[in-house]
Amino acid sequence: MDHVRIIEVKQSVFADNDKRAAQLRQELKGRGVFLLNLMSSPGSGKTTTLRRTAELLKDELKIGVMEADIDSDVDARAMAEAGVKSIQLHTGGMCHLDADMTRQGLDELLAEGGVELAILENVGNLVCPAEFDTGAVKNAAILSVPEGDDKPLKYPLMFQVCDVVLINKMDVAPYFDFDLEKCREYIRMRNPNAKVIPICAKTGEGVEEWAGWLREQIRAWKV
Amino acid sequence: MHELGIVFHIIRSVEKVAVENGLEKVSAVVLELGEVSGVVPDYLADCWRWAAAKSELASGSELRIETLPAVTRCGGCGADYPTVAHGRTCPRCGSGDTWLLTGNEVNIKEIEAY
Ligand SMILES: Nc1nc2c(ncn2[C@@H]2O[C@H](COP(=O)(O)OP(=O)(O)OP(=O)(O)O)[C@@H](O)[C@H]2O)c(=O)[nH]1
Ligand SMILES: [Mg+2]
Ligand SMILES: [Zn+2]
Repeated sequence: MDHVRIIEVKQSVFADNDKRAAQLRQELKGRGVFLLNLMSSPGSGKTTTLRRTAELLKDELKIGVMEADIDSDVDARAMAEAGVKSIQLHTGGMCHLDADMTRQGLDELLAEGGVELAILENVGNLVCPAEFDTGAVKNAAILSVPEGDDKPLKYPLMFQVCDVVLINKMDVAPYFDFDLEKCREYIRMRNPNAKVIPICAKTGEGVEEWAGWLREQIRAWKV
Repeated sequence: MHELGIVFHIIRSVEKVAVENGLEKVSAVVLELGEVSGVVPDYLADCWRWAAAKSELASGSELRIETLPAVTRCGGCGADYPTVAHGRTCPRCGSGDTWLLTGNEVNIKEIEAY
């Protein structure tokens, strides 16, 4: 071992993924596909919200959904029932998707062509998905009322990387000491640019505003 | 599991550096880990042993971890303070309008090879 070499790297572990993600984003732009990355804790209402979103947008946009779950395909089946093309991604026990895994999913989802809005339902987790750029054009997070208004303080990175935060399950707010204004303030502290939209995916309240936001982003992306 | 995903990314980066530099065998990887990166060094080391064994290039190599201190800045009074001791509330003025300056790094610092 007398000729040990030291190679200085000085690079974030995430740098390589960031590069691949940027490349994927570029390619999607060329193909006219808008990729949305949807993140939240397990059970915050990602699938329910997507079903509602599809009801509002599916007549004007061809939507495809990728459901990332560690196991099972219940979400993909739920989306298919809602009349949306959907595929199941298996993460093999991984807690997040990276740009390469997203690309693999897109290869399958976009194979037939025509999809204009591709949505990735990321693995339910507020930590790891925030660290890996998937190549999405926009990132959305759902925070549901029962989780508490302090989550933006406890999981700052998730709220930093998000362009929009949906506060879901507003119907149960009376039963929890969830302070919407405080929550807005905590999000603003971590990310002054994030848009906050309170919704109730169960009844569909607020989903109109969210769909409008999304429509606007897609329009801006295509020009 | 978070640490496992990170280890896969480290190995991939190391393999790339190895190709670029014509390395055949890596003996150690030095990682800089911020105090509040959320990565658990012990888990990371376990995952490393398991995953590195499957890589021809990195099998048997050591993962050396250097900790970087976490520092938070206060928007209320401009002070910088140690994050781990005081969290998100400024110990000088009590403001909660604070943000992390350093401490969430997960960097590959250098690679030792022969
Ligand atoms: N009360 C109420 N319940 C809701 C609302 N939105 C979703 N739920 C319920 O919350 C539960 C979880 O919803 P999902 O849409 O499956 O959540 P998810 O985030 O996709 O869950 P995972 O994919 O398992 O992480 C279901 O029982 C939903 O019916 C809402 O606005 N109000
Ligand atoms: Mg779901
Ligand atoms: Zn202060």
